Order: sequence, then structure tokens, then C-alpha cells
Amino acid sequence: MRPYLSILVSRFQTLLQYRAAAIAGIGTQLFFGLVRVMIFDGFFRSSTAPQPLTPDQITTYIWLGQALLLLGMLDVDKDVAGMIRTGGVAFEMTRPLDLYNLWFVRAVSGRAAPLAMRCIPIFVIAGLFLGLQAPASAAAASLFVLSLAGGLLLAASMVALMTISLLWTISGDGIYRLAAPVIFFFSGIVIPLPMLPDWCQPLIAVLPFRGLLDTPFRIYMGALSGSDAVAALLHQILWVTALMLLGRAILARGVRRLVVQGG
Amino acid sequence: MALDSLLLYCRYATISFRSQMQYRASLFMRTLAHFMVTGGEFLGFVALFQRFGQINGWTLPQMGLFYGIISMSFALSEGILRGFDIFPGLIKTGEFDRILLRPRSAAFQVLGQDFQLMRFGRFSQALLILIWSAHRLDLVWTFGNLALVMIAVAGGVCLFSGLFVFQATLCFWTTESLELVNCATYGGVESAQFPVSIYRPWFRAIFTFVIPLATINYFPIHALLDLTDPLGSTRWIQWCSPLAGVAFLLVSLRFWRFGVKRYSSTGS
Repeated sequence: MRPYLSILVSRFQTLLQYRAAAIAGIGTQLFFGLVRVMIFDGFFRSSTAPQPLTPDQITTYIWLGQALLLLGMLDVDKDVAGMIRTGGVAFEMTRPLDLYNLWFVRAVSGRAAPLAMRCIPIFVIAGLFLGLQAPASAAAASLFVLSLAGGLLLAASMVALMTISLLWTISGDGIYRLAAPVIFFFSGIVIPLPMLPDWCQPLIAVLPFRGLLDTPFRIYMGALSGSDAVAALLHQILWVTALMLLGRAILARGVRRLVVQGG
Repeated sequence: MALDSLLLYCRYATISFRSQMQYRASLFMRTLAHFMVTGGEFLGFVALFQRFGQINGWTLPQMGLFYGIISMSFALSEGILRGFDIFPGLIKTGEFDRILLRPRSAAFQVLGQDFQLMRFGRFSQALLILIWSAHRLDLVWTFGNLALVMIAVAGGVCLFSGLFVFQATLCFWTTESLELVNCATYGGVESAQFPVSIYRPWFRAIFTFVIPLATINYFPIHALLDLTDPLGSTRWIQWCSPLAGVAFLLVSLRFWRFGVKRYSSTGS
């Protein structure tokens, strides 16, 4: 456990250095959030039909989405991708560590560090001036933090899978490019998931992607509470476990057939 | 000289295309992914129109025209002006100094650096939406209508190109790319997918007068659909408004030339 923990911490600290990128990200996210809020505002002014979420809830959902965007916008671990392409992955395999755990931990810190830098300013600004509401209750707030951790692990398990898929390609591209838009859409960033048509809600409920953002958001707003919230947390844990097992199995196969070109 | 430059430009383009075609599967995957991301976003809007019916009196096919025109312009501009997007790298490595030594204008050479075929993903998706929307609206593709759409898209390409040039020019001072300009480019295409009239007045003013995105789709579409503009534009304005994009590009190029003049190398 110790080595993984220190990798987590040191990677986290390295990534915290990219402050300029974070500031730019915050500015862009605030702008996008503002546009989204105005669009929904326009929709709500145009119709009186009852909707799954109230205007205030949508605004909160949008700002949470902007603050935590990186949990839904997944990409492979660029460093590992580079190692796979250059053959440096051979060194990675000689370390006295479990390769999957190593990459998983890297994926966790790779998400967590930029996320931490971006989300707090957006929370503060959106909370003070732009209509982000406070959590529904103290219980909702603490469950929100728990589900956020679940979302982070879920994101890391998906990043790990995407990264592992690179073992099968040379150009550093691959099937993961097609996975990313699907994850993005079904995480709830594009449109709050409750606003999607009713017929696809059962599918959304089963898929793992809602655990990234939608589940934490619904808990935050109090739309999921009590046993529903617990079930949602279990849904996250179940999928994290499944995806980790899958990633492990695929990695084992990938390593077995891996040929590192000398050079 | 002009013909000569055109030939050289074609040569630049061919080289770039050929190198991208070396990784055919990769190119296909990227293009498809790009198609999916932008398509997914549109599907989201479809879901919203199903729930709300309309936005400020605009229906989904009408919004599809706004979406198609702005998104096609953006995709074309992004693909063609990729060189200005990677420009900060040229400054940082000092590669730009070499460009200055060659007997062609700097802007021309930066333009020729790269082209991105994958942007076809967004372009084709936007074109499909545009065609579908026109079909749903029973819009007849008369010569006038076709010309109007092409003028609008051309104006849009100029406008976004102007923004990319502007963003690149800032690098002469900052060296690093200024990501905040993305609010105008990516944020612009995001906002202009909807009629500007749905936004608050201050926001609308920015996208009409400062970064004139409204001139690319909002005004021309009123002429296209034969509607009266609540903001009070005349048909004449609606036809000519995309010229604002051209003006924007010209101003940006002026700024670029000013930047080149006062450029001092990073020394690396």
C-alpha cells in the first residue's frame, strides 16, 4: 500500500503545478456554465410543461457539472500512453509493483489534482453569484462527498481501461477515442440526465456512467436520499469493482502478448 | 506571384493530407469520435426540444439551421487554420525565427503548417443537421438561399479564422497560448448554436458587436426563413452582415502584422 500511496501523493503534487492551465480552465468553465444556464433559462421561459427538474435544480446541476467537468471528460493517461509508444512500458513492468494498481493510482491522481484546483473556485464563484445552491442537507452534503469519491474511483477505472487498450495499438489511438464521447454524454455533462427522454432512463440507470457525475449531483440536490442514495452508492461500487476486474484481466492478456521493439 | 503562392499552398496541403493518411485507422477513429461528440451534443438539444417544445418561439429545425451554419464554419476554420493553433509551439521552440527568414509572408507559412482532416467529423455532422433542418422546414434550395447559406458560412470561416489569428498573435507577448480566448472560439460556437435573441442583452451585445457571431447566422437566417427580426434588422443588413466576419479577419491580420513586427525571439 505504501508505494502506491506515495505515487498518489507525488503525482498529485506534480500536477498541482499546472496552475495556469487551471485558471484558464476555470474561466472557460464559468463562461460555458453561464451560456448553459441562459439556454435553460430560455427554455423554461418558453414552456410551462412540468419538467423532471426545477430551474433552480438545473442551474445547480449545470454548475456542479462545470466544477467537476473532469470527472466526465476522460482521456488516457498521457504519460503511460507515451511509455507504451516508446517502449518505456518495459521499465514500468520491471518495477516491484502491480502494474494495474500502479496505473490505477496514476489515473486517480491524474483526475484528482486538476479537479481539486478547478472545482473550488468554481464552487465559490457560482455559489456566491451565479445561482449554485447549497446542498439539500448536511446528510446530503456528506453523502455527496462519498459519492464524489466513488465517482473518482469510477473515472479512474475507466481511464485505466482506456489506457490499457493502447497496448493493442501503435499510433496511440484506438477504441478509447470512441468510448470518450459515450462516457461524456452519459455522465450528464451535455444535458442533465433526468432531462433525457423517459424511455431511455432505465438504460441510463443501469449503465456505469451516471455514477461519474449524475449520481453525486442528484444526492447533492436531495433528489436521491435515504435508501435510494445508498443504492446509488452501491451501483457505483459495483461498477468500480467490475471495471477494475475487467481492466486487470485485459491488462494480463495485453502484457502476455506485448512485444517491445528494441531501440 | 499569387499563382505561385497558391501552388505552394496546395503543396503544403497535400503533404499534410498524405501524412495524415498514413494513419488511416487513427484518422478514421478521430473523425468518427469528433462526429460523435458534436452529434451527442445535438441529440441533447433534441431531447430538450422534446420536453420544452420550443425556445423563444424557435423550433428544433429552425435551431438546426443556426447550429449547422455556425458549426460548419467553425469546423472548416479549425481544420484550415490548425497552423495558428499550434503556433505557440513554433514560438517556444524558436522555429518561428526560421519562418521569418524565408521569402514568404509569415502568416502564409504558419497557415501552411498543418491541416486537420479530422475536423471533417464536425463538418459532416453539421451539414447533415443543416440539410435535415431545411428539409423539415420545407426550405427550397433556390439559388438565392444557397448563396445566402454559403455567404454566411464563408463569413463564419473568416470570423473564426480571425479569432484563431488573434489568439496566436497574443503569443508574441505571452509565449504561452492564452486559453481564455477559447471562450470566444469554443464558447462562441456553443452560444451561437442558438439564436442570440434568447440571451441576456449584455451577452447578446458582445456576440453582435464585439465578436460578431450573430452576423453569421442570426441575421442571415431571418432572410432565409423570411422572418421579421424582433431586434429590427432589415433584409439588406441580413444579407450583408456576414461581411462583418471578413472585417474581423482583416483587423486580426493587421494585429498579427503588428505582432510580427515587434516579435523578439525566445532565444531557445
